[in-house]
Amino acid sequence: MIFVTVGAQMPFDRLIRAVDEWVKHRGSDAADVFAQIGASKWSPQHVEWVSFLDPPQFRRKYQEADVIVAHAGTGTILTAMELGKPILVMPRRAELLETRNDHQLATVNRFESITGISVAWNEDELKKKLDTVDSLPVVSSAGRYASAQLIDELRQFLNLSPSHDDE
Amino acid sequence: MTLRSSKKILAVSSGGGHWVELLRLVPAFDGWEVVYATVSEAYRSDIENARFHVVRDATRWNWIRLVELAVKLCWVMWSERPGVVITTGAAPGYFALRLGKLIGARTVWVDSVANVEELSMSGQMAGRYADLWLTQWAHLARSNGPHYKGRVF
Repeated sequence: MIFVTVGAQMPFDRLIRAVDEWVKHRGSDAADVFAQIGASKWSPQHVEWVSFLDPPQFRRKYQEADVIVAHAGTGTILTAMELGKPILVMPRRAELLETRNDHQLATVNRFESITGISVAWNEDELKKKLDTVDSLPVVSSAGRYASAQLIDELRQFLNLSPSHDDE
Repeated sequence: MTLRSSKKILAVSSGGGHWVELLRLVPAFDGWEVVYATVSEAYRSDIENARFHVVRDATRWNWIRLVELAVKLCWVMWSERPGVVITTGAAPGYFALRLGKLIGARTVWVDSVANVEELSMSGQMAGRYADLWLTQWAHLARSNGPHYKGRVF
């Protein structure tokens, strides 16, 4: 199953439309697709979809999925890395009013090189990569928690005695 | 009068990636009482048995929501009196750090890993109120902060 998600904050019709067109074009060859599309006025014709999922439902879909196809949200990418799922992302673009700023473009550039996520920069590339979705690379595993370095740094800070402990 | 509880952390974030990043810091909180403040009731299921406050999400483009957020956080700060405030951003974290400083809490800003080209606006503004001011990208670190000490993965 391919789980498609755009996150909770804004719809991302360009992504959902591309997936819908791909499924229509591939017909019965296409893998099962389940899409979370956000508060969109438009809805896909060829894939099963919902607007939103609560966190436990969201996690269940993630676990059931063979592959994640998504907007380039940090939480979405981190969850794929935690669960070791291959993920194909298409960044939102500010000039199309899909987001407020273009930070997803820069984020994706960095993440692509250090985590092994797959990136489609536009709808055509997305459809091409969907054709070979079974062979998407596995992302580097993130485990469930932050790096030992960051956890240690925070622990050290927390364990400093406050300058004027009043208890 | 005791204004804060030295073994209590108030952990604050807005939604989406900020919340996911905050949850990835949890092992650092071992031995502390942790209280959460975030922007959606739906996130309550992500934590076990900790106290949980819902605050307004807001951006700098919406003044009314910013005021609602600040008022609610004042109440949270007054009722919880944490010894430490820690946040992964964005607007709720900025206000929480400022209010935390007012009651003498120690404060931590972990800028979101999404900010790879420059620190977030709220992260830049929060720097002077953060006792520990972190970026998750080494190339954004400066000698006076923000510092790079690893990231959420």
